[in-house]
Amino acid sequence: MTAPLDASAKGVVHAAGEKRRPWLPWAVQALRIALCLVFGLPLLFMIVSSFKPDTQIFGDLGSASAFLPVGSLSLDNYQGVFERVPFARFLINSVIISVVTVGLGIVVNSMAAFALSRLKFPGQKLVLGVILATLIVPFETMALPLLWWVNQLPYFDGSIGWLDTYEVQIIPFVANAFSIYLFYQYFDSIPKELDEAATVDGASWFRIYRSIVMPLAGPAIATVAILTFLPAWNSYLWPLMVTQSESIRPAMVGIDYFKQMNVSWGQIMAYASIITVPVLVLFVAFQRAFINSIASSGVKG
Amino acid sequence: MATTVVTDAPASDPVRRARRTTVRRTAGVGWAMLAPAAVLMIVFLIIPILLTFGLAFTNARLISPVPAKFIGIDNFVRLFGSATFWKSLLNTVIFAIVIVPVQSGLALVLALLVNAKVRGTNFFRTVYFLPVVTSMVVVSMLWMFMYQQNGLINALLGRLGIVGPDWLGDSRTALFALIVMSAWQAMGFHMVIWLSGLQTIPGELYEAASLDGASTWQQFAHVTWPGLLQTRTFILITITIAAFSLFTQVNVMTQGGPLDSTSTVVFQAVRTGFQQQQTGYASSISLVFFVIVLAVSLVQRYLTRDKELKR
Repeated sequence: MTAPLDASAKGVVHAAGEKRRPWLPWAVQALRIALCLVFGLPLLFMIVSSFKPDTQIFGDLGSASAFLPVGSLSLDNYQGVFERVPFARFLINSVIISVVTVGLGIVVNSMAAFALSRLKFPGQKLVLGVILATLIVPFETMALPLLWWVNQLPYFDGSIGWLDTYEVQIIPFVANAFSIYLFYQYFDSIPKELDEAATVDGASWFRIYRSIVMPLAGPAIATVAILTFLPAWNSYLWPLMVTQSESIRPAMVGIDYFKQMNVSWGQIMAYASIITVPVLVLFVAFQRAFINSIASSGVKG
Repeated sequence: MATTVVTDAPASDPVRRARRTTVRRTAGVGWAMLAPAAVLMIVFLIIPILLTFGLAFTNARLISPVPAKFIGIDNFVRLFGSATFWKSLLNTVIFAIVIVPVQSGLALVLALLVNAKVRGTNFFRTVYFLPVVTSMVVVSMLWMFMYQQNGLINALLGRLGIVGPDWLGDSRTALFALIVMSAWQAMGFHMVIWLSGLQTIPGELYEAASLDGASTWQQFAHVTWPGLLQTRTFILITITIAAFSLFTQVNVMTQGGPLDSTSTVVFQAVRTGFQQQQTGYASSISLVFFVIVLAVSLVQRYLTRDKELKR
């Protein structure tokens, strides 16, 4: 906020430069604020417009009121969204899919990481190597072969093909190489003496995993939860291809309906706001955890 | 723990025995705990990757009563003879070549701007990061409206007396429009990665440099930049792979048009493999895509490793 504070800034503004250019901290701060507008205004515009009728959205465009909650505000767009599509269903589907993916992912990946980090058995190094090697493969390269493949797989009731189910949107994304890697790294930092003591006490390995290691792994669990939740909630390409019925379709794919029917931008903004704002609120509330998770994804290189 | 403390020397035998049995049981337990993840990864990752290679040489269809037949390199002949494919590949490469330096460079600027330990930086960091937690589908819809002929951007340009083009409807501006929007969405992500890299550089280096009278720019060139080598490699590889995977924006906003000017490799793979159900042909596109991603990653890794050795 103030120039003297800025002077202590490391790597950006330096005392030496400041004496020669006293305006520099102010310029830097102005730039920071300008960038805030660049990143924040479009989202503000989206939320504000969701409360306005279409005519007013277009009318406000050229002025500052485009970004302000002024004029005739109502929840009509929100009501319209729920009337036009089975939106409640879409939302519930998105919640089910992402929550189950995150939950199963934490259990399955942490168990695998535990085995790789705490237990000694032949083939361990190779398994870890293969898991890390798969990190480089983007999902998009194998999406089409995977689509063909899940259509050939026997389903739980004995029929063939997984298309148009919850399972096909969840199970392929439960095991995750990067989650295993994050857990593996974290488990390695928990002292092994704890296991030894517990073993002597007669605790089984599973018990050690459940009662000693996992309770200590809070930060890793948070990181994995965030890094699995975001792609699950935001996933688009896969549900677009594997869902046909509205009863299992997630909200991201549902937004396509609004491009097909006569377009109401107010409703689109309302739809977009509902599926975005909860995530934004979560992000702002758990900002530190979010930022740390993303930062930790940088260590893989 | 209690037992080891209470019973000292006499208990060492049962303890050792207990340990030996645990070691023997370890392998079994290890594989058992690994099994769920291993099975899932084999079925939903390893097999599909191998299938990409296999299906690319067949005429497999998504839904077909007849089993797939081996057809040699027919898919590739058709692929390399297709103007749409070359156009899509070219678009993807242009997209990557532009967005990699732009996005990573601007993300570094953002990181430097919010690296300062002053009040308010946390707020700025949060705002710059907001688009990252917004889904690409939502961002695409939002920007589709902003890019309209009578949309937000042209209205703002109109205030400055500029008549903006129909950004997405004009084949000369459509790809550019996608680049700007994609960089806007993902920049905060790479800002955070740069930040975590910046924080690994010891503060004493900066103190020493400023004692030696190094200018801001000299400090950046001789302390910051070399200290970010690993971060740089990681960021280059992730942006490049993400750029080559471009799909959502295209599917939501332009459907590859106008005149294929925004068609991409993944968009073509989805169009042929999903809409037209030609899994074999789509797999050959995926395989080409896979080879490109692999090559790019290896080259980038090699280039940065080389620099590391020289120092």
